[in-house]
Amino acid sequence: MTDATSQTGRSGAQPRKSLHVTDARTRRRNAAEARFRFYGAAAIAVSILALVILLTSVLGNGLGAFRQTFITMPVALDATVLDKSGTGDIEVMKKVTTIGYAKVIEKALATALAEKGIATDGLTAKQISGLLSQEAAANLRNQVLADPALVGQTVDVKLLANGRVDGFFKGRVTMDSAKLDSNISPEQLELALKMREAGLMSLSFNPGFLFGGDASELRPEAAGLGVAILGSAYMMLIVLVLALPIGVAASIYLEEFAPKNKWTDLIEVNISNLAAVPSIVFGILGLAIFINFMGLPQSAPIVGGLVLTLMTLPTIIIATRAALKAVPPSIRDAALGVGASKMQAITHHVLPLAMPGILTGTIIGLAQALGETAPLLLIGMVAFVREFPDAPPEGFFDPASALPVQVYNFTQRADPAFVERASGAIIVLLVFLLLMNAVAILLRRRFERRW
Amino acid sequence: MNDMRIADRTVSSDTAKMTARGVQVYYGENHALKDVDIDILGGTVTAFIGPSGCGKSTFLRCLNRMNDTVSIARVLGEIKLDGEDIYDKSVDPVTLRARVGMVFQKPNPFPKSIYDNVAYGPKIHGLTKSKAELDQVVETSLKKAALWNEVKDRLHAPGTGLSGGQQQRLCIARAIATSPEVLLMDEPCSALDPIATAQVEELIDELRSQFSVVIVTHSMQQAARVSQRTAFFHLGHLVEYGETGQIFTNPQDPRTESYITGRIG
Repeated sequence: MTDATSQTGRSGAQPRKSLHVTDARTRRRNAAEARFRFYGAAAIAVSILALVILLTSVLGNGLGAFRQTFITMPVALDATVLDKSGTGDIEVMKKVTTIGYAKVIEKALATALAEKGIATDGLTAKQISGLLSQEAAANLRNQVLADPALVGQTVDVKLLANGRVDGFFKGRVTMDSAKLDSNISPEQLELALKMREAGLMSLSFNPGFLFGGDASELRPEAAGLGVAILGSAYMMLIVLVLALPIGVAASIYLEEFAPKNKWTDLIEVNISNLAAVPSIVFGILGLAIFINFMGLPQSAPIVGGLVLTLMTLPTIIIATRAALKAVPPSIRDAALGVGASKMQAITHHVLPLAMPGILTGTIIGLAQALGETAPLLLIGMVAFVREFPDAPPEGFFDPASALPVQVYNFTQRADPAFVERASGAIIVLLVFLLLMNAVAILLRRRFERRW
Repeated sequence: MNDMRIADRTVSSDTAKMTARGVQVYYGENHALKDVDIDILGGTVTAFIGPSGCGKSTFLRCLNRMNDTVSIARVLGEIKLDGEDIYDKSVDPVTLRARVGMVFQKPNPFPKSIYDNVAYGPKIHGLTKSKAELDQVVETSLKKAALWNEVKDRLHAPGTGLSGGQQQRLCIARAIATSPEVLLMDEPCSALDPIATAQVEELIDELRSQFSVVIVTHSMQQAARVSQRTAFFHLGHLVEYGETGQIFTNPQDPRTESYITGRIG
């Protein structure tokens, strides 16, 4: 072929264009790409915005729950009231109810106000003691019964203030709203302001929110998450102990040993479907089988744990199978080639390599179980539980609450102070979820190996 | 390696280490290997050559029952190691594979230390009684695999950190650490560069003094360089089997001739 013919051959096609000029087709393609990038960036921006709004709302509402208004004052623990026998016998002292302690506190408050020179004109004794939480007497009683030697002494104690007073300092209650409120009056709030100036009343960290039990509708200031955290921890323990071995064993069998036939196909499809079953269905199953048929107690972490195990298993199995599949077959060949048995090849080589994936799947499953509410409502964990469950294993059968249910529970109550409690509980839940995810990432880093 | 050795190579043994009679392999409906009869001699390097999909790797994997791991594979016929049927019900493939070691196409060291890679076989078979003995086995295996000098100072470094050729020699060391009688190699040099290939080939020649080596290769030059006997497979049939020199210089079957002259394959 000569140069001439090749020239004529080219002239029949389109004329050669400059690289500096883009044609319409290229422009359209570039525009499509630019549009797609913009959509992507916009989607990310919207989700970040949603996250920020969510966090601001939850943190804004909930952080207050970790701080509480306390009244700090010296209380004379009058032996004639609190220990009538004078022997210090704990059984005798237990007969003094909170009413006795309320009187002691009332007296101490009046003394403290007088000492600081705060006038209480126009307020009845009942209104003054109304600044304190109804829980304060019970707290003091617990404190004294825990250490009977205190009786007869004058000790500085920190007592919970009434929820309305607390709300006033946090901005939830105003003078205007107090006028319409039968539980608190503007005069009481002015007294509270004076007490704060005198140093009797202050906002400080509230350990009771994290470690205390729930409290009744009328005492939002005393409501805590202790029972819920412990209940959730018990359930997570049960889920971990049951779901991890069962899930991993099932996955190893299905992935490495089971023959590929229509039965295993059916099992596979069912496992995938189970992962998508609404969680409330598992709750009904738990109610029918564990409580009605097997007779396990209601509201108990054991039942919650079993139900959540059933719910978590498909997640763990799917994640584990994916992790096992991702291990290159050459590693299995290598192990079998030097004469390892199938089980040795799996335990020595495949499992360690799949471990990061298995652990990640397990922790994601656990996190899902930790946030699950619906099935727990059906097995009675929504009940009002004040008392802490015992230590395991007996504690697994004691009534307990769970964090997400506690959030739900708080939101059902009338007092606006519970809004703050609910948001605070959500923060605790989120912190636990973040911790679990952090652990998942750490474990993945720790076990990750190249091959 | 030099090609000139074809003439002077001798088969050091006439005793058959492994014998196969009437071996058929089916993958589901697919008849992958048809009626293969072969004697693998002791102390010999036997090369399997043939175009892709001809069944040479399949047959190799029959020799240590690696095909057991493929659920749809069925092996019929009889394969004997030292006169014992390896497909007998009483044979545990685990003990068989300790005696018939295997090296794979792609270097596949375990993601563990060099030492652990080599020590794994002896450990699981309980071949050594003490740590010192195990150290000795690791050292001799690495020496036999011509890797000792390169890795002796970093035995506890990960095996995956070695170069491709070193990894493949590590895999060979791992395979010979259990003192197998037969060493199967499935295209051991296909992922290696020419220099690493030369090292591995040299190694194969040295290993012949202790083991029967069976090597599957796509490279006819390699078969000519390293083997004493060559088997040519085509479409599931064992077409021709004989002395390497004879196969390459004077093939009996027209298909063999076509393949080695490059007309088919």
